[in-house]
Amino acid sequence: MEKREYQWAWLMVLPVVLVVAFSAIMPLMTVVNYSLQDIFGPNSRFFVGTAWFTEVLRDPALHGALIRQLLFSAAVLLIQIPLGVGLALCLPKKGPWVSVSLVLLALPLLVPWNVVGTIWQVFSRPDVGFAGVILNGIGFDYNYTGDSLDAWLTVLVMDVWHWTSLVILLCYAGLQAIPDAFYQAARIDGASRWAVFRFIELPKLKGVLLIAVLLRFIFSFRIYAEPFVLTGGGPGNATTFLSQSLTTMAVGQFDLGPAAAFSLIYFLIILLFSYVFYLTILNMDREG
Amino acid sequence: MGSKRRYIFLAAWLIFLMLPIYWLLMMSLKTNQEILSTFTLWPENLTVANYVKIFTDPTWFPGYINSTLYVAMNVVISLTVALPAAYAFSRYNFLGDKHLFFWLLTNIMAPPAVFLLPFFELYQSVGLYDTHIAVALAHTLFTVPLAVWILEGFMSGVPKEIDETAYLDGYSWPRFFITIFLPLIRSGVGVTAFFCFMFSWVELLLARTLTSVEAKPIAVTMTRTVSASGLDWGLLATAGILTLVPGALVIWFVRKHIARGFALGRV
Repeated sequence: MEKREYQWAWLMVLPVVLVVAFSAIMPLMTVVNYSLQDIFGPNSRFFVGTAWFTEVLRDPALHGALIRQLLFSAAVLLIQIPLGVGLALCLPKKGPWVSVSLVLLALPLLVPWNVVGTIWQVFSRPDVGFAGVILNGIGFDYNYTGDSLDAWLTVLVMDVWHWTSLVILLCYAGLQAIPDAFYQAARIDGASRWAVFRFIELPKLKGVLLIAVLLRFIFSFRIYAEPFVLTGGGPGNATTFLSQSLTTMAVGQFDLGPAAAFSLIYFLIILLFSYVFYLTILNMDREG
Repeated sequence: MGSKRRYIFLAAWLIFLMLPIYWLLMMSLKTNQEILSTFTLWPENLTVANYVKIFTDPTWFPGYINSTLYVAMNVVISLTVALPAAYAFSRYNFLGDKHLFFWLLTNIMAPPAVFLLPFFELYQSVGLYDTHIAVALAHTLFTVPLAVWILEGFMSGVPKEIDETAYLDGYSWPRFFITIFLPLIRSGVGVTAFFCFMFSWVELLLARTLTSVEAKPIAVTMTRTVSASGLDWGLLATAGILTLVPGALVIWFVRKHIARGFALGRV
């Protein structure tokens, strides 16, 4: 569909620009300001150039948080994307169970993020939690507040619980868009289940999968409330991810300069990744 | 995979999803003494005392009203500004449209932790700190771009000939948009409202930073249940269960369109 050139369309997008700019541009400028100055009070501030950036980039605590964050996001994508595709293929295509399954699947997505942490806290505590008591009962020495590996796995399982549904629902929508005729043709050709997946379903899923990977990357990369409630970043700092280090720095220790520099670097990493994806999606729209 | 194995896999997954919620529900119906002393799958002494407490205690109940209020404001603001913008993006080329669209999307990507302090200062300085509208406006940072993105997907699915025919018939743009176009993308509007609701309802970091007493969301009240005698597990579980109810209700209303909505109207 050819779009018409029409500069007055700017008037239609103006309200959006104003509303978003109020919340986006002014705070972002404040962050840039902080990142370049050392602030002692309202009237004593010094320009420090890139000193904060250098300090942040050399901070070993942040390197640790960044590595944990990358590992976490990679694990999230590696588990949730295949699992989501698999489960989407298991969903019935029509019938009364479709609605029920969809509603149940969507439920974890509507739980406030800190309540997700609470749910998993009361579910996996070794003293009062279902999983905690059972795991210990069958002989595992499981305690997510004391053991780093247990804490890590608990946060990961929690995230799989919380977000895999998003991938499932996206893929399900993609599968629904495949006309029945494609499957009939495949049946006539005697295609195997794998061939149907590989040559009919997977190509159709490419678009939604890109969105799924993008959203899952972004949301896992900025995860905060869930592990904060569940483990508080511990034991030690085993589950301290980027957002939490940043919040501790800015609100806990009030190190505004380094925190702001850190914020900008953090934002840039996400931006870069997302831009590559955005271009890919745009190209696909053009081709398909 | 045989269809039986598929359904067993799916059923096992759904059980895994529901188990923690079931546990939370059971905990909310138990006494603290039972929670701490014995391991029971079903409450021995079923009690609704926790629910009574939340609905009667003035430190708890307003939290739900506050959350509902700012979420509702957010949905209204987001839809109002996003509808014309999405139409513009789906129908016209204009200077910088692609860049503008990406800039909007970057705001979904920005980690809220980045904005905590500046937001606090900004809303403090314009006198909106601790009001519902402050949280609603702060949440537009990601709900508005999301709304534009989803609505644009749905609107692009409507053939352009419909617009042209309406103009030839002498419809003005506002009249055409409200009486013809909106009804065509009804389900898209519903799905968009659902997503604005969802992201505003689940967000806590900004809501917590921008409120203290008057507009304090329920999720924040929950994080303060630690009393002198330790955590009140039963009360915490009850508050958690009650935060699930609005979400569950909303999902039920949009269940027919939910799958397409999650694909942002793009299939």
